[in-house]
Amino acid sequence: MTFLRILLPLVFFVSFTGFTAAQDTAGDTTVTAPGHQTLEDILARQRGEDVPFGAEIPLPQTDNGAPAADQLGTLGGASDSELWREIRADEATAVVASNNGPAAKVLMQEGGMWWLTFREGPLLTYGGALLGGTMLLLAIFFLIRGRIKIEHGRAGVTIERFKWIERFGHWLIAVSFVLLGLTGLIQLAGRKLLIPAFGHEAFSTFAIAGKWVHNNVSWAFMLGLIMVFVMWIAHNLPDRTDINWLLKGGGIFGKGHPPAKKFNAGQKLIFWSVIVLGTSISVSGLSLLFPFEITMFGPTFAKLNDLGIPQLLGFGPIEAALTPQEEMQYAQLWHAIVSFVLMAVIIAHIYIGSLGMEGAFEAMGSGEVDLEWAREHHSIWADEVESEQSKAAGKTQPAQ
Amino acid sequence: MKAFLMAVLALVVISVGANFALNNAGLSSADMTSNSNVRLGD
Repeated sequence: MTFLRILLPLVFFVSFTGFTAAQDTAGDTTVTAPGHQTLEDILARQRGEDVPFGAEIPLPQTDNGAPAADQLGTLGGASDSELWREIRADEATAVVASNNGPAAKVLMQEGGMWWLTFREGPLLTYGGALLGGTMLLLAIFFLIRGRIKIEHGRAGVTIERFKWIERFGHWLIAVSFVLLGLTGLIQLAGRKLLIPAFGHEAFSTFAIAGKWVHNNVSWAFMLGLIMVFVMWIAHNLPDRTDINWLLKGGGIFGKGHPPAKKFNAGQKLIFWSVIVLGTSISVSGLSLLFPFEITMFGPTFAKLNDLGIPQLLGFGPIEAALTPQEEMQYAQLWHAIVSFVLMAVIIAHIYIGSLGMEGAFEAMGSGEVDLEWAREHHSIWADEVESEQSKAAGKTQPAQ
Repeated sequence: MKAFLMAVLALVVISVGANFALNNAGLSSADMTSNSNVRLGD
């Protein structure tokens, strides 16, 4: 047994050194016997034939390289300055890419790295902080103020606040915005947060489905935006009652409510946020939906430079000659930044329209609101409705 | 809530319709930004 104990390691050691020696020999053979794999070898391998890799195919000599005339040969001492000159001037007619979009003409673009780090860094961080901060503030507000009740209790009589078509338009834009917000966040936070948490496979499913939803639901959002604009603009023009309403903080704290028409100043602010920010999101979204077709930022930067606005703020002129990719990158950033702001506004809107205020949801639920709720929150509008109703009923006194 | 349900239905119809129409019009990213040398989906 002692003999075997000595012999076995010895056999192992000898066989191992023999193996490495054989490898060295093979390596030497490769280097000293130059050759190269041919195009035929590659094509044969693509056809599925067993063409060996590795040491069996000798490497070309490193000092000379493959002959220049060969298919896989180097240029050797020949100059390719014409080619690089074209690439440098962004006129790479000699370079044929498999992508035929405008971006294919730009071989390298520096703006991409800035965009990538900004998108994964400050955009995601500050955007997330804005949404998180808004929800935190609303939670604190709810803890302090609680639900805003109908002060004098329900009247038990309802009046029509929104017609069917108005509620349809509202829900069209509302549901599409929630879907777009969620799927947009999935696309934005994917690489940084979701892939590390759920893995590539799971994220891929979400990302593909989310992209489909985001691209196609966008049309419903734009239609809803147009509907809401047309139906409600007349009620959302600023007037004197808004100043009083804003000065009293909308009556959020304390008793009593400042008078308001169909929409109070707070609702008008939400309306115009939706219209202005929603339009901006739609335009930047269209430029992302149809890549390289809509150029927004280069001409805007040029106009700002002409007006001297960046210079006035202490900056130099903004680079206005943007590559096609940079146009898309700015569109993506603008789309996301404005969306974050609108999401924060809408979170507050959802809060006050549901949990935050008694009787508010009914306006968009059934379209009918309690008369007392209307008197407290929209007293001028409630008076108008009551007077119309009494006129219609042929009475002189408003209904109680 | 009928208005809400109809809005959801409209959203689905618009989304599926937009996807169908844009793809048929040759406006998909694959059609717009690649040529026959690119084998997308193979």
